[in-house]
Amino acid sequence: MRCRLETCATLLGGGCPPAARWGVVPTVMSAAEPKPLPSTIVRPDEGALVSSAKAGDLAAFEELVNRYEGRIFRLTMNITQNREDAQDATQDAFLKSYQHLDRFLGESRFYTWLVRIAVNEALMRLRKRRPNVVSLDEPVETDEDLIRHDVQDWGPTPEQRYARTEMNSILTGAISKLDPIFRTVFLLRDVEQISTEETAELLDISVPAVKSRLLRARLKLRQSLSPSFARRATA
Amino acid sequence: MNCRSVIRELSSYLDGDLDVTVLAELEIHLERCEDCRIIVDTTRKTIEIYCKAEPVPLPDDVRVRLHETLMRRLIRKSDA
Repeated sequence: MRCRLETCATLLGGGCPPAARWGVVPTVMSAAEPKPLPSTIVRPDEGALVSSAKAGDLAAFEELVNRYEGRIFRLTMNITQNREDAQDATQDAFLKSYQHLDRFLGESRFYTWLVRIAVNEALMRLRKRRPNVVSLDEPVETDEDLIRHDVQDWGPTPEQRYARTEMNSILTGAISKLDPIFRTVFLLRDVEQISTEETAELLDISVPAVKSRLLRARLKLRQSLSPSFARRATA
Repeated sequence: MNCRSVIRELSSYLDGDLDVTVLAELEIHLERCEDCRIIVDTTRKTIEIYCKAEPVPLPDDVRVRLHETLMRRLIRKSDA
């Protein structure tokens, strides 16, 4: 996988191509020339499938559904933390994307556009189910919250200690402990690789608020994962 | 630069968004502070692990229902 982290070269002696660095994804949906998302998410023939679907080719649209249903379901599940809501949000996201396909002008990737619809569907359901949980207010936290860390080394490849299902369970468990306003920003920025500006626009919050929530989300997740990934003390 | 400042700048550092002067100060701090190196490294790994995680395939019942509903409603729309 190509990594967008600037620090790889510094810390691990590895390196990422500059073009794959974070922060170079499209800044706004209306950018004149869409930049491709990493190939791990979007394949080159996406545009052709969207064109066929626009022309009424249901098989082409179904291929897009096949391609993205897992990611979209995981996204909506992570946001809503409720299987029924996630199923409904996933279904409605695909339905709405098809119904409004004529409005998709190809200024961004179809997948990015689909993620925006899915996030709105998921947040709408989360607000309905837990109206007091999704507050627009920034939670009161101090820098002390950020610096209270355990600092155990994880070793080079902590994820390899677990089977896929077990890993997913660890990752889902850590995400579920985050406040929705943190986890949504993390999912959009780091998992779906949506730009800071787009995330701000989508969630109707400022760019500094996205950055602040992202930092807290990353640190909280790191802390939650640490007991599972920290290098085991040898007897 | 102290440990607290490193944490404040952590996201910008990981995203490659730091001003060169701040970047240099931060890297000098990292050279001599093992705790901060570990926090930076494990935060980076946190992000990578989530990026790399493949979604679990949809449960069969969910997948079948999703496709049946979608196709039924999409065919209806196409016929309209």
